[in-house]
Amino acid sequence: MEYSLGQEELDVIEEVLQEDLLDLGVNCVFLIDMAGNVIANLDNGQMEHDIYSLAALAAGNFGAVSEMAKIIGEDEFSLLFHKGEKESIHFSKVMADFLLVTIFGKETSLGFLRLKVAEAVGKIKKALEP
Amino acid sequence: MAFVNLKKKEVQVKVVYYGPGRGGKTTNLEYIYKRFNKRIKTEMVTIKTHGDRTLFFDFLPFDIGKIKGYDVKIQLYTVPGQVKYDSTRRLVLRGVDAIVFVADSMKVRREKNILALKNLQKNLLSYKKSIFKIPLVLQYNKRDLADQGIPVLPFEILEKDLNSQLKAPSFEASAMSGENVVQTMKQIISMTMRSLQRDLK
Repeated sequence: MEYSLGQEELDVIEEVLQEDLLDLGVNCVFLIDMAGNVIANLDNGQMEHDIYSLAALAAGNFGAVSEMAKIIGEDEFSLLFHKGEKESIHFSKVMADFLLVTIFGKETSLGFLRLKVAEAVGKIKKALEP
Repeated sequence: MAFVNLKKKEVQVKVVYYGPGRGGKTTNLEYIYKRFNKRIKTEMVTIKTHGDRTLFFDFLPFDIGKIKGYDVKIQLYTVPGQVKYDSTRRLVLRGVDAIVFVADSMKVRREKNILALKNLQKNLLSYKKSIFKIPLVLQYNKRDLADQGIPVLPFEILEKDLNSQLKAPSFEASAMSGENVVQTMKQIISMTMRSLQRDLK
């Protein structure tokens, strides 16, 4: 009924999140599963977000949006992104069961972020695949 | 599906409070939040309608300390009880580890309890989970209403209606006054941990 990830896999994932996203200038990045569990989370040291609540809401939100996609005949929506005045949030699915959530400020462009997220997702997939 | 982080030695477990609308699922979480607010560092998250009904879910993370050297984080969720919200209810059940079924003891809600339990069984099956195998506790809520002269189903009838096949632990409770709310939670946590412990090294 449960699954686990070890030191080695989590080290790889955290390294990817650090090098591909945090070093790029994003404020906070976390990998969750669709149940809302937090797999890994990193931030720039200035964030005080409640990651566990964010994870529960992000998983629920992603599930709701996927259901909407199905109803209108889409497999899924390719861009999931909420823009705020200071902070924005971007979601990217990682395989069937995981979600990568990135919070970033005005100084990061969405296009560049999407590119880097796609790269990171590819690397995380490799780490998670059995 | 519980997640075990072997690096941080942390376990995250998802417990969902399920049951008919207006049965007291949110009130259970609110009582727990009030009672343990010193240990719960974050705000309780609720997504509800203007009429104060749960629209999507409530969420309350709860650290219960260490078991076998692992930090255990229990994530308490409720579902919306209203019949029309079945698709959102199913979403909340994704990855569930344990269930508290909150039944409404009022006589007029007898049918609603049975339907909600059947709905739970159906929605668990959509994730290939069996209601007979998942850790489950029944809570017969609103027992205090009997004192106000409101017709309440006897314990035996509730057991016969809901628990004759499941044979799960059951509690008579009042989420409003807090009676047996914590006991219900302790019971489900201990059942969940028992099923988890075998795998924690």
